[in-house]
Amino acid sequence: MSGHRVVGKPRRRVDGRAKVTGQTRFADDLQFPRTLHCKLLRSPHPHARIVSIDTSHANLAPGVHLILTGRDFPVTFGILPVSMDEEPLCRDKVRMVGDAVAAVIAATEEEAAAACELIDVAYEPLKTIADPLEALANEEPRIHDHGDHGNVHKKVALEFGDVDASLAAADHVFDDTFFYEGNTHLALEQHAAVALLDPDGRLTLHSSTQVPHYVHRQVARALEIPAHKLRVVAAPNGGGFGGKTDVFNHEIIVAKAALITGRPVRICLTREEVFLCHRGRHPVLMRLRTGVKSDGSIVAMDLETLLDGGAYGSYGVASTFYTGQLQTVTYHVPRYRFRGCRTFTNKPPCGPKRGHGTPQPRFGQEVQLDKIAIALGRDPADLRLQQLEQPGALTANYMRLGTIALKQCIEKVVEGSGWRDKWQRLPDGRGIGIACSAYLCGAGLPIYWNDLPHSGVQLKLDRSGLVTLFCGATEVGQGSDDVLAGIVAEVLGVAPHEIKLLTGDTDLTPVDLGSYSSRVTLMAGNAAIQAAERARAIIAAGVSAKLGIPEDRLVFADGRVFDAEDPAQGLSFQDAVIVAEGKHGIIGTTGSYRPAVSAAKYKGGGVGPSPSYSYSASVVEVEVDRTSGWVEVKKVWIAHDIGIALNPVLARGQVEGSVYMALGEALMEESAMRRLPARLSNALVHKFPSMLEYKSPTTMEMPEIETYLIEEPEPDGPFGAKEVGQGPLLPIMPAIANAIFDAVGVRIDEIPITPDKIFKALREQAQGRSPRVGPDSFPAIEWGEVSIVPPPSEGGDGRAINEKPRKSKVVDSGVRLAPDSPGANVGDGVKR
Amino acid sequence: MMRAGRFHYVAAKSPAEAASALADGGGKAMLLAGGTDLVPNMKRRQQMPEIVVSLRQVSELRQLHIDGETTIGAGVTLADIVRDPRLRQHGALFRAAAQVATPLIRNSATIGGNLCLDTRCNYYNQNYEWRQAIDFCKKAPGPAAVAIESVVNDGDGTCWVAPSSPRCWAVSSSDSAPALIALGARVSLLSSKDGEREIPLEALFHDDGMRYMTKRPDEVLTRVTIPHDGVKSTYWKLRRRGSFDFPALGVAAALRLGTGGIVEHARIVLGAVASRPLLLSESSLLVGRTLTDDAIAEFVDATAKWAKPLDNTDFLMTWRKQVSKLFLAGVLRELRGDDVETFPLLARRASNVGEAVW
Repeated sequence: MSGHRVVGKPRRRVDGRAKVTGQTRFADDLQFPRTLHCKLLRSPHPHARIVSIDTSHANLAPGVHLILTGRDFPVTFGILPVSMDEEPLCRDKVRMVGDAVAAVIAATEEEAAAACELIDVAYEPLKTIADPLEALANEEPRIHDHGDHGNVHKKVALEFGDVDASLAAADHVFDDTFFYEGNTHLALEQHAAVALLDPDGRLTLHSSTQVPHYVHRQVARALEIPAHKLRVVAAPNGGGFGGKTDVFNHEIIVAKAALITGRPVRICLTREEVFLCHRGRHPVLMRLRTGVKSDGSIVAMDLETLLDGGAYGSYGVASTFYTGQLQTVTYHVPRYRFRGCRTFTNKPPCGPKRGHGTPQPRFGQEVQLDKIAIALGRDPADLRLQQLEQPGALTANYMRLGTIALKQCIEKVVEGSGWRDKWQRLPDGRGIGIACSAYLCGAGLPIYWNDLPHSGVQLKLDRSGLVTLFCGATEVGQGSDDVLAGIVAEVLGVAPHEIKLLTGDTDLTPVDLGSYSSRVTLMAGNAAIQAAERARAIIAAGVSAKLGIPEDRLVFADGRVFDAEDPAQGLSFQDAVIVAEGKHGIIGTTGSYRPAVSAAKYKGGGVGPSPSYSYSASVVEVEVDRTSGWVEVKKVWIAHDIGIALNPVLARGQVEGSVYMALGEALMEESAMRRLPARLSNALVHKFPSMLEYKSPTTMEMPEIETYLIEEPEPDGPFGAKEVGQGPLLPIMPAIANAIFDAVGVRIDEIPITPDKIFKALREQAQGRSPRVGPDSFPAIEWGEVSIVPPPSEGGDGRAINEKPRKSKVVDSGVRLAPDSPGANVGDGVKR
Repeated sequence: MMRAGRFHYVAAKSPAEAASALADGGGKAMLLAGGTDLVPNMKRRQQMPEIVVSLRQVSELRQLHIDGETTIGAGVTLADIVRDPRLRQHGALFRAAAQVATPLIRNSATIGGNLCLDTRCNYYNQNYEWRQAIDFCKKAPGPAAVAIESVVNDGDGTCWVAPSSPRCWAVSSSDSAPALIALGARVSLLSSKDGEREIPLEALFHDDGMRYMTKRPDEVLTRVTIPHDGVKSTYWKLRRRGSFDFPALGVAAALRLGTGGIVEHARIVLGAVASRPLLLSESSLLVGRTLTDDAIAEFVDATAKWAKPLDNTDFLMTWRKQVSKLFLAGVLRELRGDDVETFPLLARRASNVGEAVW
C-alpha cells in the first residue's frame, strides 16, 4: 500500500521490548499486600454423586482463612447462554476427574494444598460415559439434565438444496470417514487470577483471560452483584489459543473469596489443572460424501460429524455448527447438507482451539479432494483452482463472502514449491501434498444476543502530545495492541511506540468482545480507524484555522501536521493538539464497529457469518521411512490471503506459529484418555497431563517455512486487512496427509498421523490390502427433522421453509457506525 | 506442579561424608546430584525423602582421569561428557549423553544420576491427584506409604501396566546405562559400613521397576570406569522429538573387529524395554563371524525376543517392538562401517546427536 508510513511496514511490535526483557506483568506476577492463596480440591472420580463434604478438619488446619463448597455458589454459569451448566464448585455431582468440589483459601499456597487433603468428600460413583458411542448408546445416567436428550448435548441438521438428488445425479460420489483426535492449547502461561477489593468496596478481578467482557458479565451474575460493582482486567496472556475464552470456575471462586475475606485472593493453576480446564479441540468423527462431475467439480456435499464434547457445554453448540458451516466458503458447493451431533462424556470439556471446530472437517474435505484428484487423474492443485468460490458470493448456506485471493495463494505455493515438477515425481519415500482453507475474520454475532457494537475504541489526546487509546481488546500474544497502535499511528502521523495503550479493562475501556474468532484486527481495527479519523478531523480544523491552510491539504506524518504543498509550513503534532484543544476543548473521540447483518436467517445461521474470510494454501514436502513409518516434514510453503499485512513481522509470526501448532496436531499431539479396567477402577483420566508426555513439537521439529503474504485489500477490513491468527493453521494437517500419500501411497484418514499408523498402512500395502488407516464407519444417528433451506440459487431467502419464523433481533446493517451517531461529538470521548 | 515438601538438607563435602549421612538417614535419605530426576519426583510426591544429601560440593566426584582406563566421577555432568573431546573415543557414551533431555538439563544432570535414574512409567510419573484418581499403583501406592529408594511397598497396589502381575514394570529410562554396559564399564559404590566395592555396571540393575538397583540405600555411587579395549561403539535412541524426551528404546553396541572384519568382542545392550538395561547374551554369537547382512539378520532374529516393550512409555508398544529389530540391525551395520547417512530416516535420526553438537 503506497503512501502509508506505518501500515504495511515491518516493525517491532509495541509490546515486544517488555516481553523479551521480562517486564510484562502477567496475572501471576501481580502482587498485592496481604494476599491469600487459593487451591481447589478436585474430584478423583469421573462421574459420581457427592454424598457429603466434611470440611471440619480442614477448617482447623494452619493458615486456613476460608473454605468454600458448592453450597456457597447457588448460580450456575457457562460461556454460552444456551448451556450454562457449570458450577463454580460442584454441588450434587461431579462429571469428570478434576471437577472442583471445594476451595481452600489460606495464608500460603502450601497451607491451602495441605488443607485440601483434610477435606473429606464421600462420593457415590456413577456409570461413566467415556466416548460419543457410549453416550449415544446410554440415555442414562445423564451427565446433564439439559441438552437434546440422554447424553446428546446438541444435534443440528441443515440442508441447502436437494442433496440426495444431486448425489444420485453425480458422475462420482466419494464417501469417506475421518477421525480427528482432540488436542489441547498448551499455552505456556497457566491460567492465573487475583481478586481484590478496592478501597471503595468495589471488586477487581485480574485474570489471564481472552474475554474480559464475557468474564465481567458472568462473574457479576454468578456472584449476584451489579456489574458496575465489578471490574475485570485482562492481564496480558502468555498464550491463549482459545484456552482462555471461557469463564472459569477459579475466576468466580477467587472473586467470591475476596468479597468474603476482604483480602486479595490469588490462584495459579498447575499445568495438570490446565489440562483439566481444557476447552481444546473436540475429537470429531466425520463422514463426508461428495458428489462430483467427471472433471471433479463438486455438485453436492453431505457431511455428518460426531463430537466428543466432554463434561460441559462450553462453546460446544457453536463448535458443533462450526464443524459444518465453513465447508462451503472455499470451493463452490451448489448443494450442501450438514448434520452434527455433540455428546456429553465424563472428560474435560472441549471448546474452541485455534480454528474452532473447522480444522476437523477441513482435514476431511481436503484429504477427500486429494482422493478425488487421484481417482479422476487430475492434478490436486488444478482440481482446486477450477472450482474456487467467487469473491462476494453468497454460498449455499448463506455465507456472504468478501475478497478471495485463494487463487493467488495456490499459484504462489505451487510455484514456490516446484509442485509441477515434484508431485508424483519425487523418489519413493519423498512426497508433496497440497491443501487449502478458509477462516473467519471475526464471528458475525456475539455470544449473547444484542445489537450493540462488537468493538469500541476511545482516544484521548492532550496537550502533552500523548495519544492514549482505550479498547477492551485483549493482548494474548497475537499482537492486538500493536495492530491498534499501528492503525492510530498511521492516521495521526505519529510513531506506534508513542501511543499509550490501555486495553482489556472493563472499568476503563469500551467493550470489545474479546480475542477470539480472529475478530480483533478487523473489528477493533475498524473502530480504531473511526476514532482516529475523528481525532484527526478535530486537529485538522484547529491547524487549518491557525495556519490558514485548507484542511484537505494537511498531512499527518512523522510527528507533524503540515501543508502538503509546502511541508515547511506546519506544526509539531503536540503543537497541533494544543491548537486544536484551544479551539475545540478537550479532545476525546470514539469509534465503534458492528458487522453487517447476515443473510443466513435460519436457526444456526448465526454461526459462520463473518465480515470477511481469510484464505490459505499450503504445500508440504515430507520424507517417509518405509522401514518404520517415521515421517518428517522437510519444508512448508504457505500463502495466506491477508488483505493487507498491517505489520508484516507480526503477520509472519502468526503464520509460522500456526504452522508450528498445526505440525503438533498433525503428527503427535493428542488429548488421549486412559480408562482403567472397570472391575478394578472407575478411572477415566488423561493419559499424559504433563508437558513432557503430551508431545508437542520443539524447535528441533520445525522445518523451513516459506511464507507468502498475499495482499489484496479487503474493503471491509481496516486499511484492507484480514485475519492471520487462525486460518494458516488449517491447511497444514491435510497437506501433510496428502504428502504422505504422495510419498508412499498410504492414506492416514485420522489425526494425529503417528509413525505406527503409517507403518501399519505400509504393511497392509505390502500385503495387497487397502493401504489405509482410519475409522471404518460412522454410527447411525437419529437426526430428526432437517431444516430445509433452499440455497440462493434456488430461490431461497435464507430462511428454513419448515421452521417457525423468529423475531429478528438485530436491526441495523451499518458497518462502521455513521459519523453522526452518538460518540462522534467533540469532547464526548473519555468522560471519567 | 506442586512445590516439593519439607526435608532436611545435608551438604556433604566428601564421598565419605555423603555415605555417612546416608547411613545416618536409616533409609530415609536420598542423594541429590544434578537434581533433574529427584526434584520433579519430590514435587509430584513420587519420592519424598526426609533427608536430602547433596553431592554438589563434593569436588572429588567431578574428576575425570584418562590413562589406561577412563574414570569418570559420578558428579561429572552430561554436558561435560559431551564437550570433552577425549571422551569421543567412547562413541556410545558420547551419543547417549548427548541425547539425554535438553542442553539445560545436561548442564546440571550428572552421569551418576543418569545411571541411578528412577524407573519410569506412564502410571507413575504423574502428579499426586492423577494417581489418586487411578487409586495409585504398586510403585507409589499412595499417601501412607511413600516410595523412596529404600522403602518400597510390598504387594500393595496394582501394577496398571499388567494388573495381574505381582511385580512393577516401570521402565529403565537411562540413556547412559546401556551405553556404558556395552562399553564394559564398572561402577564403584562406597558405604560407611563396608568401604568401597566395584561391580560391573550390568550388576547394578535388577529387572524390577521398584527395586531396580542393587545399590544399597547407604551406598554412594562414586565413579564409572571404562576399559580401553579397542572397541568401536554406538548408541541409538528412539524418542518422539529431537530433544527433551526419555528413550522409548535405546540400543547400544560395542564391537572390536579384527583383520578381515572378524568380530573379536561384542556387547549389545537394549535400553528402555525392561526395568533394567538388557545385555544380550547372544552378543557372543557374533564373535568369530564377519558382519555380513546374513549374520546381522540371524542376530536380530535371535535377539528380538528380548525386546518386550509394554504400554507404559511413549509410542505404541507393538511399533516399538518392530523398531527394536531395525535398531539392532542398524547399530551393527553402522559399526561394520556402513555410511549412516544412507540409512532410512528414523535410523539417521536415532544415531544423530541433534542439538548437542553446537
